[in-house]
Amino acid sequence: MQKYSIFNLVKNAFSNHENWDLAWKDPTPKEEYDVVIIGGGGHGLATAYYLAKEHNITKVAIIEKGWIGGGNVGRNTTIIRSNYMHDENALFSEFGMDLWRKMSQDLNYNVMFSPRGIINLAHSDAQMNAYARRGNSMRLNGIDAVLLNREQVKEIIPMADFSENVRFPIFGGLMQPSAGTARHDAVAWGYARQADSMGVDIIQNCEVTGFDVTAGKINGIRTSRGNIKTKKVGLCVAGSTNMLAEKLNMTLPIETHLLQACVSEPVKPILDRVVTFGAGHFYISQSDKGEMVMGGDLDGYNSYAQRGNLPTLQHVLTEGIAMMPFLSKLKMLRTWGGIMDMSMDGSPIIDKTHIDGLYLNCGWCYGGFKATPASGWTFAHTIAQDKVHELNAGFSLNRFSTGHLIDEKGLGTKTWIS
Amino acid sequence: MLHIKCPYCGMRSQNEFSYGGDASVKRPELNKEISDQEWDSFVYNRKSLRGKHLELWQHLSGCRQWIKVERDTATHEIFNTYKADEEIS
Repeated sequence: MQKYSIFNLVKNAFSNHENWDLAWKDPTPKEEYDVVIIGGGGHGLATAYYLAKEHNITKVAIIEKGWIGGGNVGRNTTIIRSNYMHDENALFSEFGMDLWRKMSQDLNYNVMFSPRGIINLAHSDAQMNAYARRGNSMRLNGIDAVLLNREQVKEIIPMADFSENVRFPIFGGLMQPSAGTARHDAVAWGYARQADSMGVDIIQNCEVTGFDVTAGKINGIRTSRGNIKTKKVGLCVAGSTNMLAEKLNMTLPIETHLLQACVSEPVKPILDRVVTFGAGHFYISQSDKGEMVMGGDLDGYNSYAQRGNLPTLQHVLTEGIAMMPFLSKLKMLRTWGGIMDMSMDGSPIIDKTHIDGLYLNCGWCYGGFKATPASGWTFAHTIAQDKVHELNAGFSLNRFSTGHLIDEKGLGTKTWIS
Repeated sequence: MLHIKCPYCGMRSQNEFSYGGDASVKRPELNKEISDQEWDSFVYNRKSLRGKHLELWQHLSGCRQWIKVERDTATHEIFNTYKADEEIS
């Protein structure tokens, strides 16, 4: 594989950049693989990459119905953080933070990781107490957390509404300075390029139509481009999990819901942090191009539409304007939606299943993008070793029947309620 | 925006409604022995399929009645609405 470097950039400049190698090939499916990953999103690509890199398993195929990077890995708001209270989420995400820091070097691809910090705003004394508790839990797990008072927040984000007579005055906030953003497409492309270079077949425009299961064991999959034999299948299909589960006669603690995001027209640099509104569900950061990148609540009803509805967008942006009034002057550039695999306790599932050789990776709710490297790493371990790693041991499928839920937000089973 | 026909009030905008989830889920009958797995399925497991979906909505900013809506989860087309206790053939 051609290394991306300043020298190669200069060298290729002499031939008008027309002789770069393809970043990944377009192979036809082989008859048999050691592992088949279904879903060529961030998690699937990362899983294949770590299977090859950490476990020396290179006879791997990624089966993608559309094109890689066309799903949620290209539709998210690029936020990376590990500001969780519960141990399972905190340790898993913080492990991921370490992978994020090394990712550009590791993949030889600039993912533009920008640890600019995230601030969760608090709008009452009670919320400040809750944030202090979460911050302390984070620090006990080795994650950086700083509790900010109103004046400190004002120094960092003076453009927010600090007037006294607003409905939700800013009391302070909880900041994770090491959190940040990354270029989401680059994450997909970087993992794809490296996985491909190690022998992984990335098969696009290929739909999985069924599974061959005999005597409780996976023997292969059926696709729109022919049957593929394999002993191990990993599902990484986010919002489409229930559709594949149906083909396996499984019913999962997952519902598919629609989440929207939007960007404004590009403006000069004003916001150098990720900020979330604490009295509702709204988050914002500014991209390198200058667009304000915003998101918030789910549309609130089961949906596979991958496009949003206006009432939710209006509701979310009302919160944004309440927090940062200058947003009302901006024109909207783009809005879009993606379908989320909402689990019943708001935490993910990375586990084996009752079918031998079938592995499950789903339930990412709002937080799939930041989990990409840790999810790929632990899922690759789970598939290669046929047992869960201690980092994803808590994300088990049977926790819903044993009662070991990881209910970070305390929302109960209706995680889509806003 | 969705337009939902409340069986009591007629066609109203989505803004007046709140969502209540899959309407095909049935609570296990009282006083009947059930396994942990049956209870588990009732509380957590959902089909959540692409296509026709029978779901509960409440006309929260209207008559406050719970209703059933048959809707396509991919196109958002609404085929029919029913009163909550209405039998659907």
